[in-house]
Amino acid sequence: MTDRELRVSKIENGTVIDHIPGGQALNVLAILGIDGMSGEVVSIGMNVPSDRLGRKDVVKVEDRELSQSELDVLSLIAPAATINIIRGYEVAEKHLVERPSEVSGILQCSNHNCITVDNEPVTSRFEVLDEGVRCVYCDTIIRDDLAAHILV
Amino acid sequence: MRHDHITSTKQLSRGDIEAILDRAGEIAADPLRFADRHEDALLGLLFFEPSTRTKMSFSAAIKRLGGDIVDMGPVDSSSVKKGESLADTVRVVEGYADALVMRHPSEGSAQMASEYVDVPLINAGDGAGQHPTQTLLDLYTIRESAGLDGLTVGIMGDLKYGRTVHSLAQALTNFEASQHFISPESLKLPRNVRYDLHEEGSSIKEHTDLQEILPSLDVLYVTRIQKERFPDESEYRAVAGEYQIDADLLSAAKDDLTVMHPLPRVDEIAYDVDETDHAQYFEQAHNGVPVRMALLDTLLEGQA
Repeated sequence: MTDRELRVSKIENGTVIDHIPGGQALNVLAILGIDGMSGEVVSIGMNVPSDRLGRKDVVKVEDRELSQSELDVLSLIAPAATINIIRGYEVAEKHLVERPSEVSGILQCSNHNCITVDNEPVTSRFEVLDEGVRCVYCDTIIRDDLAAHILV
Repeated sequence: MRHDHITSTKQLSRGDIEAILDRAGEIAADPLRFADRHEDALLGLLFFEPSTRTKMSFSAAIKRLGGDIVDMGPVDSSSVKKGESLADTVRVVEGYADALVMRHPSEGSAQMASEYVDVPLINAGDGAGQHPTQTLLDLYTIRESAGLDGLTVGIMGDLKYGRTVHSLAQALTNFEASQHFISPESLKLPRNVRYDLHEEGSSIKEHTDLQEILPSLDVLYVTRIQKERFPDESEYRAVAGEYQIDADLLSAAKDDLTVMHPLPRVDEIAYDVDETDHAQYFEQAHNGVPVRMALLDTLLEGQA
């Protein structure tokens, strides 16, 4: 294990999300619904030098093991992210994110005339395409800047 | 076919479409045989936007099957005016009817509403999204006049916001049709329809000038270009004028070209075309009754 990996995994228990594109850490937290109000200890490194990404962000969430399905939605904005599950200061599991077939309640449709942006009791749902996502309701395809459509 | 709801033509296979059109053909040939088929059936009409043809032909269809309608009436005199959500409205109205027909100005409204009800819900137009029952009567009209395979079809006008266009283009991918799309640059097919056509292996042939493709067309489907899509009246007039047809222009077309239009027209088809053998748009509108009878018959039968 390298010094750098040791440094980012130096929490006793929890989840470390590494290799997030530089500047996207806050969007990652928004997608995961982590806003600091539920008491988790969260550490963020932004624009850390990275051989693979140039600049990367790292997020550490203590005492919480995020599930694969929770983490797969990160693939939309952080396709190269790696997930380290930490137990007793050691990396117990290491995962890559996988693109889910559908994401729910994460993104807002870009179509202002879509029923999901109206005042209706409906949760947004998007089918995940090879490039971009598609609203299950109005069929609008969003390809660019998905982070701008994250529901917060 | 076993569908609870009809929200988009994407959900219909070639087999589904042909089964409905075949039944529509049987109904058109002998309507009295179906006259008491759904006695006591009630069709709930929820039109959040104006409609003439769609609403009247659904009303005629259920009555000719022996049933009747319950109509929400205009939005201004309904609970929608009091701020009721669509989700609540449809959950209430499903208790009054055996099937629902809904038109709503928001895209995706029919899909959402269908998730809240157990009775079959038919999308009669959701904003600039889909209008699947118009497509069924369009396909019926095309089949009656030209057959459905091996055709060269031109679809012209507002391809971006035209829900009848989106539904038709997607449904035609089930048949061996070569589709040509004729429109101003600013009103070309939207990304999602292009994606679906591409996924189905259809090539998208686009034109800004009808005349370059007119002689090879078997069917020309004309749609209205709406004024509100343009920043000002003069720009609208300049563009819309390029997408109007008249009898003189059609002299360059095949003798058996079928000209269609979902109606209402404004001035995109001159009245002198009505007198030619090309004009099928009134027949097309009339076909709405047997085709919607066939669809209702199929859906209500599935509920029995």
